[in-house]
Amino acid sequence: MATYSTNEFKGGLKVMLDGDPCSVVECEMVKPGKGQAFARVRLKNLKSGRVWERTFKSGEQLEGADVMDMDMQYLYTDGEYWHFMEPQSFEQHQGDATVVGDTAKWLREQDIVMVTLYNGAPLAVTAPNHVELEIVETDPGLKGDTAQGGTKPATLSTGAVVKVPLFLCTGEVVRVDTRTGEYLGRASK
Amino acid sequence: MPCDWQPSASIVHLQQRAKLMSQLRTFFSERGVWEVDTPVLGAASVSDPHIEALSVAEHYLQTSPEYFMKRLLAAGSGAIYYLGKAFRRDEAGARHNPEFTMLEWYRPKFDDHRLIDELVELIRYLKVAAAITKISYGELFERHTGLNPHTASAAQFRQLAAEKLDVNWPDDSISLWLDLLFSHLVEPQLNDAIYLVYDYPACQKALAKTSVNAEGVEVAHRFEMFWQGIEVANGYWELTDAAEQRKRFNADNQTRCELSKPIIAPDEKFLAALDAGLPECAGVALGVDRLLMCLLEQRTISSVLPFSYMQL
Repeated sequence: MATYSTNEFKGGLKVMLDGDPCSVVECEMVKPGKGQAFARVRLKNLKSGRVWERTFKSGEQLEGADVMDMDMQYLYTDGEYWHFMEPQSFEQHQGDATVVGDTAKWLREQDIVMVTLYNGAPLAVTAPNHVELEIVETDPGLKGDTAQGGTKPATLSTGAVVKVPLFLCTGEVVRVDTRTGEYLGRASK
Repeated sequence: MPCDWQPSASIVHLQQRAKLMSQLRTFFSERGVWEVDTPVLGAASVSDPHIEALSVAEHYLQTSPEYFMKRLLAAGSGAIYYLGKAFRRDEAGARHNPEFTMLEWYRPKFDDHRLIDELVELIRYLKVAAAITKISYGELFERHTGLNPHTASAAQFRQLAAEKLDVNWPDDSISLWLDLLFSHLVEPQLNDAIYLVYDYPACQKALAKTSVNAEGVEVAHRFEMFWQGIEVANGYWELTDAAEQRKRFNADNQTRCELSKPIIAPDEKFLAALDAGLPECAGVALGVDRLLMCLLEQRTISSVLPFSYMQL
């Protein structure tokens, strides 16, 4: 793997730090007029998701991380593993709960999701920003409740529970932002 | 993608910039300090281990007008100022631009404290109302780190850096640890007030005289101004001893060698001027772009530059 000097650091660069693959979030130059230059870097640990700050001497080098993002089709889960397939090669990959994490509740079979591979094995799974899912359980819709009304919990087909307006019923398809878990509207069909 | 041809700063900021340049010139003109426009392209460069020059056709773009100005002082110029461009390689970021505007002035017969007073007068002349605190480097550093910067050991600095910053370097250079700890633990604690920090540790003396202070430690007659947590100016009660200057050039090159950086040939014409006699004086360099950032409460240098490095 290539090595990268702090001078090449920019958002999105994948490097190894303390044995873990990390993504550079931002890099700021700190340079006293007469003194040593430093790079103060915010990095996201791609294994734990934690973001932390580290300072390097300007010009220090880190090894690049063999990390790539790839769109894959989600196939199914056997309870222990979630299975994904590369659409071109049909090659299959599997990841456990630590890999899939919270994303599990947005995964619908056959949907395309982004799988982050580290040394060829899944490291993380990211759902599309917006998904459209069917409500499988919620309290009955109340007549007369319109946009300005309150909300109620609704369970979606993938198991996610989101807050939806009172007028929605079981069987309707809603559009949800997976990053915030917020209801965006009824699906356009 | 449409081509982004627009300036980095707003027209309003650029008009403020023009006004500031004019105010600075008036301030000095009223005091009988005359403007010198020394070359930006020089045959020699500075030996500072942590400053690299850009070179053009076997010449160097000057990282500051210091050596040329000292040659003028040695030739009997009296009080002079420079307001123009300076260049430093590899310095680009929120507070750095490789080409920047520097105000540098020298006052024969002044010492560091008298020049600090004049710097304060300049700030007040610009109608800045911010509180101004004058404090020694030792007191400020100790307040925010608990360590005495003049006497603590590399091991003590290393331990503090590991605890507070998760930094674990094997280095023994006191100056490196001071740079790290001051920029990471002290500067961010400075509020919007203006701080004039004097009596720097002797290992960061650069081109300043040194002397032994009341506590018996050697300090450099160097000062800096910080405003809104940003380093804005750096000044010295200037070293006038040619032999000592030669030693510092050699020491700088020794450090450069250890850091695997290129050796910089000493500027012989500057040394010859010192041999002939640089009058006792104090001088200070001020980053005009950063001063304008503070005046306009901007957090990025690009917002006060017509065209920043990223917009060339």
